[in-house]
Amino acid sequence: MVRNITLGQFIPGHSVIHRLDARTKILLLIAYIVFIFCAANYISLLMMTAVSLAVVLATKIKFRLYLKSLKVILLVVLLTGILNIFNGSGRILWELGLIKITEGGINNAIFVTVRIAVLVLISSVLTFTTSPSDLTDALEKILKPLSIFHIKVHEIAMMMTIALRFIPVLLEETDKIMNAQKARGADLESGNIFYRIKALIPILIPLFVSAFRRANDLATAMECRCYNGGVNRTRMKVLCFSGLDLFGLIFSMIIFVGVIVSNLCIPAVVR
Amino acid sequence: MENFIQINDVYFQYEENGKDPSDKYVLNGINLNIDKGEFVAIVGHNGSGKSTLAKHLNSIYLPTTGDVLIDGMNTKDDNKLFAIRKKVGLVLQNPDNQIVAGVVEDDVAFGCENLGIHPREIRKRVYEALEAVDMYEYRKSSPDKLSGGQKQRIAIAGIIAMQPECIVLDEPTAMLDPQGREEVMSTIQKLNREQNITVILITHYMEEAVLADRVIVLDLGTVFFDGTPREVFAQVEPLKKRRLDVPQATELVHYLKGCGYPLPDCVLNEEECVQALLKILKR
Amino acid sequence: MSIIKVEKLTLVYGQGTSFEKTALNDVSFEIQSGDFVGVIGHTGSGKSTLVQLLNGLLKPTDGKVFLDGKDIWANPKKIRNVRFKVGMVFQYPEYQLFEETVYKDIAFGPKNMGMTEEETDQKVRSAAEFAGLQSDHLYKSPFDLSGGEKRRAAIAGVIAMDPDVLILDEPTAGLDPLGRDVLLSQIRNYHNMRKNTIVLVSHSMEDVARICDKILVMDHGNKKMFDTTENVFLRAEELESIGLRIPQITKIMHMLKQNGVNINANIFTVEQAFNEIINYLGT
Repeated sequence: MVRNITLGQFIPGHSVIHRLDARTKILLLIAYIVFIFCAANYISLLMMTAVSLAVVLATKIKFRLYLKSLKVILLVVLLTGILNIFNGSGRILWELGLIKITEGGINNAIFVTVRIAVLVLISSVLTFTTSPSDLTDALEKILKPLSIFHIKVHEIAMMMTIALRFIPVLLEETDKIMNAQKARGADLESGNIFYRIKALIPILIPLFVSAFRRANDLATAMECRCYNGGVNRTRMKVLCFSGLDLFGLIFSMIIFVGVIVSNLCIPAVVR
Repeated sequence: MENFIQINDVYFQYEENGKDPSDKYVLNGINLNIDKGEFVAIVGHNGSGKSTLAKHLNSIYLPTTGDVLIDGMNTKDDNKLFAIRKKVGLVLQNPDNQIVAGVVEDDVAFGCENLGIHPREIRKRVYEALEAVDMYEYRKSSPDKLSGGQKQRIAIAGIIAMQPECIVLDEPTAMLDPQGREEVMSTIQKLNREQNITVILITHYMEEAVLADRVIVLDLGTVFFDGTPREVFAQVEPLKKRRLDVPQATELVHYLKGCGYPLPDCVLNEEECVQALLKILKR
Repeated sequence: MSIIKVEKLTLVYGQGTSFEKTALNDVSFEIQSGDFVGVIGHTGSGKSTLVQLLNGLLKPTDGKVFLDGKDIWANPKKIRNVRFKVGMVFQYPEYQLFEETVYKDIAFGPKNMGMTEEETDQKVRSAAEFAGLQSDHLYKSPFDLSGGEKRRAAIAGVIAMDPDVLILDEPTAGLDPLGRDVLLSQIRNYHNMRKNTIVLVSHSMEDVARICDKILVMDHGNKKMFDTTENVFLRAEELESIGLRIPQITKIMHMLKQNGVNINANIFTVEQAFNEIINYLGT
C-alpha cells in the first residue's frame, strides 16, 4: 500500500529538535551528510553514528517510525553491503575459487551500511520534525541569493509546498483508479513489458485528467485568497535563529572538528 | 442605503472557440440586491447558472454584459480586485482541492499572508478563525488525516481569517456525508448569526435552503423565484414542474391541504409539520 | 439460492504496524439471487471495505466469501473471473473514464473479458440504453459529456460486462436532486428487467428506502442489521442511535405516533404517508 510510506512525513512535537530553526536543520543535515561520508576510520564513524542516534532520541519520536523509513531502503542497504564484502583488497580472510572475502571488503561493507543507515535516519529527523511549510520556507530563504540570477525562488518554494500537499492525495487517487479499472477486468499484473505499459493507459489518463481538474480548482481557490505571487507577502511563522540554533551549530562544529582530527591522526580504513 | 451586493442585468457566456458567441448564455439577465448580514440560499439544478453566478461575486468571472457591484466597487475594475476579494470570500465544492498547505494552521494563514498582514496579527486571526469553525485542536494536523466535513471547515476558516464581510459557498456540502453536511451547515449558521457575516449558500439540498433567511431559485440563468423559504416552498407545483425538490414535510402538508384539510400554506421542518398535522388528526 | 455468502469476514488494515485498524469485524450474511440490497452506515462503518471484499479487490484477513457456493479465493489466479461476475461501480465513477469515445470506454470491460466484436457491440448498446445514454452520445468524447451523463457512461461501462451481481458505491454522490432521481429509477429499472442481484451502498436513507428491498446496516465494522426495508425502518430509534438519519417523512410519522395518533409509522415516501393519513382521516 502506497499510503504506508513514512518517509517525508511530519510528526508534530515540542522537542529540542522540533524547535530548531528549519534553516539550521537543513544546513546541518547537509553538513552531517558530508561528514558521515568523510568519516574514514572507526572512531570518527562511531562519533557520527553516536551523535546521530542522540539526535534521533532527542526528537522524542517513536523509534519504530524511524525503523519504518529504514525498512523502505533495507534491501538497497543490504545489497550494497553484501556486494562490498566481496569487493575489496587487503588481507584475505576467506577464499573459495574466485570469490574471496578480504579485510578491506568487510570494512567497506560496514562503512557503506552504516553510512546509508545514518543518512536515512538524520534525513528522517529533518522531515519528521519540520512541517512542510517550514521546510519550503527555509529553502526559499536559503536559496534567496539565487534570485539575483533571475531564478524565481518564491515560485519554486510554492510549487514544492503544493507538491508536498498533493502527493498523498494523488497517490490515493491512483489507488482508487487502479481498483476501478481492475474491477472492469484490467490486467495489470501479467504480460510482457510492452503489454504492461499499454495496460497503464487506463490509469494514467484518468490520473492526468484528475490532476488538471484539481490544479484548476486550486488555482481558483488561491486567487480567491488574494494570491499574487511573492509580492508583499508576509508569513505567519517567522523563521528566527535563537540560542538553541547557536548551541546546535557550535555543538555540531565540535563534532565536525573531532571527525577531522581523528581522520588526520588515525589511518583511514576505507577510501 | 446602498445594497452590499448589486447585480445589475448580468448576462454571461463562456468564451468558446469556434462557436457562435450569441449561442448560449449561462446567465440570462440577472438582477439581484443582497444586503449586509443576510443569509441567502441560491438553489437550482445543475446548469441553472448558480455556480457561475457565485464566481461573479469576487471577480473570478466577469459579466459579458451588465455589472456586479460589491460595496459600490465594480468587479470589472482591476484596481479593486484585491479589495473585492478581501470583502467576498469564496469556498468551493471539493474540500481537497482548495487546501494549499500541508498543515492546517499554515493553510488557514495562507490568505492573510497574501494580504501582507503582520505575523502576530495573522496568528491571532488564524486561531480565532479555527475556533470559529471549531477546529482549533486540529491546528497542527495534516489535512489528509481529516474527514471531508473537517476539511471543508478548514477551507471556511481560511476565508474568514481574511475577515471578509461576505462568504459565498459553492455547493460546500455536495461531496460530504450527512454528518459532514451538518457540521458545515451549523458552522455557516453560527458565522452568520454571531459574526454578522453575509452568507450566500449555493446548494441543491432543500433542507439546507430552509435554514436561510431568503431563497433565490435560479432556472436557466434567470431568477425564477426570490423570497423567504416559506414563500418559496409554498410554490410546490411550480418547483416540481422544474424538477426541483421541496422538503418532504412541506410536500406532505401541501398535498393534504389540496384535499381540503385546514392546514397552513407552508411548513418548513418536521416539528412544524407534526404540529400542523396533530391539529387535524386529533379532533 | 444464495448468490453471495459471507462467513465471518474480517479485514484488518496494516496488520502488525502502528496504523493497524480493523475495518471489518466478523461479518456473516447471505444475499439471495435477485435481491436488491442497500448497505448503509456512515463514513468509516466498513461498508466500502465490505463491497470491495465481495469482488475480490481486497483479500480478507479472516473469513470467506462464497460466490455461487464457491470460495472466491480458492484459486487466487482466477480472481479476475470473480470481478467479471461481480461488477463494481466505485464512488465518482466518472473519474475512471479514459477512452476517446464513450463507446470505446464502455467496451473496455467486455473486451477484457474476451468477447467478440459482435458481442461487445451488442453489450455496449444495451448497457448504454439501460443507463439512459442516447446513441449519439456513444461517439462523443466522454470528457464532453455533462456531469450526470459522465456518471451514467461510467456505470454503463460496468453494466456492459453483464455481471450477475452489480455493486454500486454511492452512485448518487454529488448529483443534484434531478440527476439523483433519474439515476435511481434507471438502476431500479435495470434490476426489474435483468432480475440480477444489486448491492447499493449509500449514506442516504432516502435513496435506500426508496429503491431497495433489503437493507444491511453497518456500524464500526460490524453488521448491525440485515433485514427487509420495512423491518429495518421499524427500528428507527436504533438507527438514529448509531448516527444514521432516517428520512424526514419517516420521522414525521414516528413523531405523530408518539403523540398518540394511532397510525402506521412504517413509511418512507411522501406518497405512502399521504395515503396513510387520508385513510386514517377517512375512518
